[in-house]
Amino acid sequence: MIELRGVSKRYDARTVVDDVSLVIEPRTVAGIVGTSGSGKTTVLRMINRLAEPSAGTILIDGVDTRTLPGFELRRRIGYVIQNDGLFPHRTVRENIATVPRLLGWSRGEIARRADELLELFQLDPAVFAARFPHELSGGQRQRVGVARALAARPNILLMDEPFGALDPVIRAKAQDDLLHIQRATQTTIVLVTHDMDEAIRLADRIAVMADGRVVQFGTPEDLLARPATPFVERMVGVSDRSFRLLSLMPLERFVEFGTDAASDVEPLELDAALDAREALSRLLWVGAREGRVRVGAGGTHGRIRTSRLLDAARGASTP
Amino acid sequence: MTSDTPLPAASHLAAGRFAPDPVGVPIAAVLAAGLLLLPFATLRANRIVTGEGLSVLAALPVGAATGTIVLVTAVGTIGLLRLPAAVRLAAAGVLVAGLLLAVGIAPPHLVASGDRLARVSPASGFWLVLAAALLLALDALTRLRPSPLARIALLGAAIVGVALVFASDHLAGLSVMREYATRAASFWREAAQHGRLAAGSLGVALLVGVPLGILCARVAALRGPVLAALNVVQTIPSIALFALLITPLAFVAANVPGASALGIRGIGAAPAFLALVLYSLLPVVANTVAGLRDVPEAAREAARGCGMTDRQSLVQVEMPLALPAVLAAVRIVLVQNIGLATVAALIGGGGFGVFVFQGIGQTAMDLVLLGVIPTVALCFLASVVLGALIELAAPGRGLPR
Repeated sequence: MIELRGVSKRYDARTVVDDVSLVIEPRTVAGIVGTSGSGKTTVLRMINRLAEPSAGTILIDGVDTRTLPGFELRRRIGYVIQNDGLFPHRTVRENIATVPRLLGWSRGEIARRADELLELFQLDPAVFAARFPHELSGGQRQRVGVARALAARPNILLMDEPFGALDPVIRAKAQDDLLHIQRATQTTIVLVTHDMDEAIRLADRIAVMADGRVVQFGTPEDLLARPATPFVERMVGVSDRSFRLLSLMPLERFVEFGTDAASDVEPLELDAALDAREALSRLLWVGAREGRVRVGAGGTHGRIRTSRLLDAARGASTP
Repeated sequence: MTSDTPLPAASHLAAGRFAPDPVGVPIAAVLAAGLLLLPFATLRANRIVTGEGLSVLAALPVGAATGTIVLVTAVGTIGLLRLPAAVRLAAAGVLVAGLLLAVGIAPPHLVASGDRLARVSPASGFWLVLAAALLLALDALTRLRPSPLARIALLGAAIVGVALVFASDHLAGLSVMREYATRAASFWREAAQHGRLAAGSLGVALLVGVPLGILCARVAALRGPVLAALNVVQTIPSIALFALLITPLAFVAANVPGASALGIRGIGAAPAFLALVLYSLLPVVANTVAGLRDVPEAAREAARGCGMTDRQSLVQVEMPLALPAVLAAVRIVLVQNIGLATVAALIGGGGFGVFVFQGIGQTAMDLVLLGVIPTVALCFLASVVLGALIELAAPGRGLPR
């Protein structure tokens, strides 16, 4: 658990972070979203003491971070920065080995861990371990950057705009991969981004920052349905928040059984893996009033009524 | 006539097929001028009088003269044609070898065997043709873009070739080699002294300059004044700096106990060494600062973020990334110092300059050459080897900055 208690950061007369308090639960993903200059990166950098708070306390699992020297604290916390920050003079394997080497792991242990991580990130060690960063694509570099941060099995991973340099297609893949790895490793992730869609997609809870303050800290549903201030409203995008809200809902929540199918129109076949937003979009596209999904291995059919999806999109009356 | 008529295209094609190589034209011109208009060798009654310039035909026996003319013509033609770079390089190599062979034939041909005073030297035509051959080789190497290790291998082959020529005594009749023969022991002594001055001052400059550069990169307030002061040192002419150091070093030698036992004197090697160190500091400090400031901010941030201490970040990340820049300084300094160390002889510091200044004093130009040729060769050697090292030191980053 990461706790920020009344944390502020001032540079001379300028207050960059103003009295921020947050509690980030273990094994969750917390997003910090804000415009540039909102202080979100500074909050992240204060957690591993790359920046020292001017006031307030930060506790990790109940222990004040100031009880450790900064560099030792940072060896226990994974850190991923924008544009990967790989060491250009070191190979992929040496880059991944950075923190384990600083911690004095044995050579065999380091080599095993590097290979294990490369495989986890779908990079064949035989092909990629000896390459230099400039010989990799942007997406591969990003994965190596995350692998390096996870090398010493930290409980906490801090990420500063980790997907900022990637094109949209690769970014979506990288985000999915991160979620899978987070579920597998149970790492607590703090992710700074200016992209609300990314935060909604990845984070369990989102802190929205403006002018050094946290204006709202809540689940994505909270932010969409009950934005605390006009600024949060703008950040979540009032005009299409209906769809964003739907995108958070799995389709199975809307499945009904047993009722008679409306006989006038042939129901549209839908894939159960879709989210509510995608299902609604397909139904609207063909003008269907309901769809049909196959649930479970038995092949039972369930109904999805377009009207229920529209109700859910109204926000105030979520099912 | 409109532009799409076939005639201009056809004539363009023809021009392309018969157009000579752009670099080959001046080289061929220099080869022709050197061979036909200028003397190939000089014959003098003794080592200090002015001599008489002899053309290729006069300086060499008929067979050797004809061979030389044919060889130069052939290589000039190869230079003019658009042939592969490897062929051009081989042609240049053959020409250099042929020239050395030819010039060695001149002394026994021109001087009666009993005459121990007469001197034969290569003349301007020889030097010009040699320079053109080296230019052709250099141009071919630039086009071949050999890897660093291949460059060092080629250099090694060239050194072995030159060493074989000297070992064969084929050139022993030339005046410069006779100057060498009478002072072989002092030649190698001064060579060692020259090496000590150039390399030793570089070593001290690195020991002082790299830490100073690291300090300047970190402390912005120090950077301006230090670099400005070193810049001022760089503008002082070398003879003036040597002279300026004589007084303080003489004072140190006289007043600091043990200083003179260490070899510190007002004149001699000490002021020369110190002056070379001072000249070396600017490139070393400036390049260390530039190399460290060019380290990507992301790499520095990542080093801290991974939990490196300041020292670990410097040693493991920042200095390795700045290494090509520091090596570039080593290259500049070594080439500069090998040249400047020649002047040390003026204040009794030794080195190849000894022969240069003795030769000037005696108006014996071949003695001057005995000092100049090895100095130039050493500069070239240092430059090629360090150029290759710089490329090897930047793995995975392609060409150095």
